[in-house]
Amino acid sequence: MSESILRRNPRQEWILRNRLHPQHQALLHQQASSEPIEWIGPQGVKRKAPHRVGFIGPKGIRRIDRSGGQQGSASDASRQAATASMSKPLHCIENPKHRILVVPDMTGGRLTSQDKDLLGLAHQLAALQDATSVVALIWGEHKETQLAEAGVDELIQVDDPQCLGFSPDQSLAWLLAVEREYQPSYWLFPDSGLGGGDLGRRLAVELDVHAATGLWQIHPSGDGVQCVCRASASTQDLTRPLPRVVMALAECAEPISDTLHAVNQLTLAAEPVQPIVRIQDLGSVAVDPASVSLAEAEFILSGGNGVKDWDGFHETARVLGATEGASRVAVDDGFMPRDRQVGATGTWVTARVYFAVGISGAIQHLQGIQSCDKVICINTDPGCDMVKRSDLAVIGDASDILTALRRKVSDLKQEKRHVA
Amino acid sequence: MSLNQAPRVAVLLSVGQHPVTRRPRRADQDARALELALNQPNTDVVPIHVGQASSETEVALRSYLGMGVSQIDHLEVSTTREDILPSLAQHLKQLNVQVVLCGTRAETGEGSGLVPYLLAKKLGWPIVSGLASIESIASGSMTFLQALPRGQRRRVKVSLPAVVAVDPASPPARQSAFGPAQRGDIQLVPSTSMDAEITDAESDRQVWQYQVAKKRPKRLKIIKATSARDRFKAAAAKADASGGKVLQEISADSAAEEIIKLLKEEGVLSTNSSS
Repeated sequence: MSESILRRNPRQEWILRNRLHPQHQALLHQQASSEPIEWIGPQGVKRKAPHRVGFIGPKGIRRIDRSGGQQGSASDASRQAATASMSKPLHCIENPKHRILVVPDMTGGRLTSQDKDLLGLAHQLAALQDATSVVALIWGEHKETQLAEAGVDELIQVDDPQCLGFSPDQSLAWLLAVEREYQPSYWLFPDSGLGGGDLGRRLAVELDVHAATGLWQIHPSGDGVQCVCRASASTQDLTRPLPRVVMALAECAEPISDTLHAVNQLTLAAEPVQPIVRIQDLGSVAVDPASVSLAEAEFILSGGNGVKDWDGFHETARVLGATEGASRVAVDDGFMPRDRQVGATGTWVTARVYFAVGISGAIQHLQGIQSCDKVICINTDPGCDMVKRSDLAVIGDASDILTALRRKVSDLKQEKRHVA
Repeated sequence: MSLNQAPRVAVLLSVGQHPVTRRPRRADQDARALELALNQPNTDVVPIHVGQASSETEVALRSYLGMGVSQIDHLEVSTTREDILPSLAQHLKQLNVQVVLCGTRAETGEGSGLVPYLLAKKLGWPIVSGLASIESIASGSMTFLQALPRGQRRRVKVSLPAVVAVDPASPPARQSAFGPAQRGDIQLVPSTSMDAEITDAESDRQVWQYQVAKKRPKRLKIIKATSARDRFKAAAAKADASGGKVLQEISADSAAEEIIKLLKEEGVLSTNSSS
């Protein structure tokens, strides 16, 4: 019974009013975490304690942080994070009547931005029909964790080791097996060189469809869907009715951002028959990484002001098989040629892995590496911008770490040679 | 055909368009295909053009002749809408061609890049695109390097006869010389198909509309924030830490281990090379 009697603590109230009191902060914090700011009063009216909202800033002015991050204790923050991911509504289609097939490129095992745009386009088309699900067809294993966020309703994973290399006939046989089983209303491919562009054209010719290539826009109109494609080496726009097989450019639609999708696994009842092998993949050819232009290199080792041992740096690039890049300072000081400069005034690189050694990360340099997937850096200053940008940052002396790296990679290669 | 005879390589040439002046010219990718064929020793190169005969066509074809070929077979079609494939396929079969080289996409018209695939289907031959350089043309197969994104190359072997489309990464074409261009011969081959028959696909194409390409709208950064504070942060704040791993107070060896682990995960570290 004594629990329900509200007892005032005048001394505590006095400390809470007096922000110069030594115990003020501690008590305020304790209050904020224990007592609510808003509650429903006995008459059913919402009551607020305005004095408990916010905190007193360094100049003695009350600051209110509306993000909700301020008052919250640790449990609050975790609950918020949980609701943030739960807040996206789940887009779920039971027993779809139609299907739209998307064949993403999945460069490096992850959805590229073009793939995500393509999934967005697929959902635009799916919205025009009822009960239509978007199916992604993926070759082999993948590393993508965001399939649900990107808009994949159903997933077909083709575990055929032959399709991992370049075997267009085999891949086409799988696509035709999917066509027979699911009869998708549209086939969407990214219009990219050897990936979707090649496979899509093969499928279109096989299905006897005059495919739309270089598509960048669709307009739903009265009786059908019109699409706009780039034609004549991108000097003309072609407006035509949308065919069943589509090869779309990057940024053809907005990617999915506000819904979560159930990634249901679909299976194929019948495996395709093996076609005659007329095209043989003899494996990739070693390309001198120095001959690859910086803009299209896949793996770049970039050096900056923090590199003291340039011979070691070049040796590391050779051992790792990386293309060399440099920050502006290194180029200005004459350690690297001008055409190797990465950044706003140099080259905008698109590497999948960017390894920055002794680069603090000036904004111009960070602009140049905007589209890099993974950034590794070695730096002596843990507070620099490059460390904030990177996925793996090592704080330490660059030459020691590079020496260790060289030794370990050489050991690995030795081991491999002994085993082989 | 006897085995010791030089393999016959047909190169499909189209009329290109200069991107700025819109004047007819040799198509860049077709010229690259011709360049690859001409650089191949012991081959019999047959350049072929299919299309209507006009003064513009001649300008373009003469610039191919200026690259050092003496003759171009010009298969004539009566209208622009006629299907070029039947007569082309028939001509290629008559010539007993082993390899057909062509560009990936035309510079005029639809430029969908479907022609090599349609031709291969019609002939029943394999098609490979992305040719960067030819390594060898043997009696029954051709080995070449295929251009992959990011400057990488892959070796591919295809059984002949085959259609191979050239990648823009292949070596650039040689300059066209004026004298040989005027001396060269454009051999007109009359169309074999009787009449320009209009197929279903043709009549579908009646509703297609071409316009001058508009500049594509630049994608805006859409900020979906629920509160004013989030919107302000998105507009003004500098990029925060991306949640990467920061290794401090760590020995050089273990740091190297971590880096190698990540490089291996990403698949960029090849331990196979001999270096």
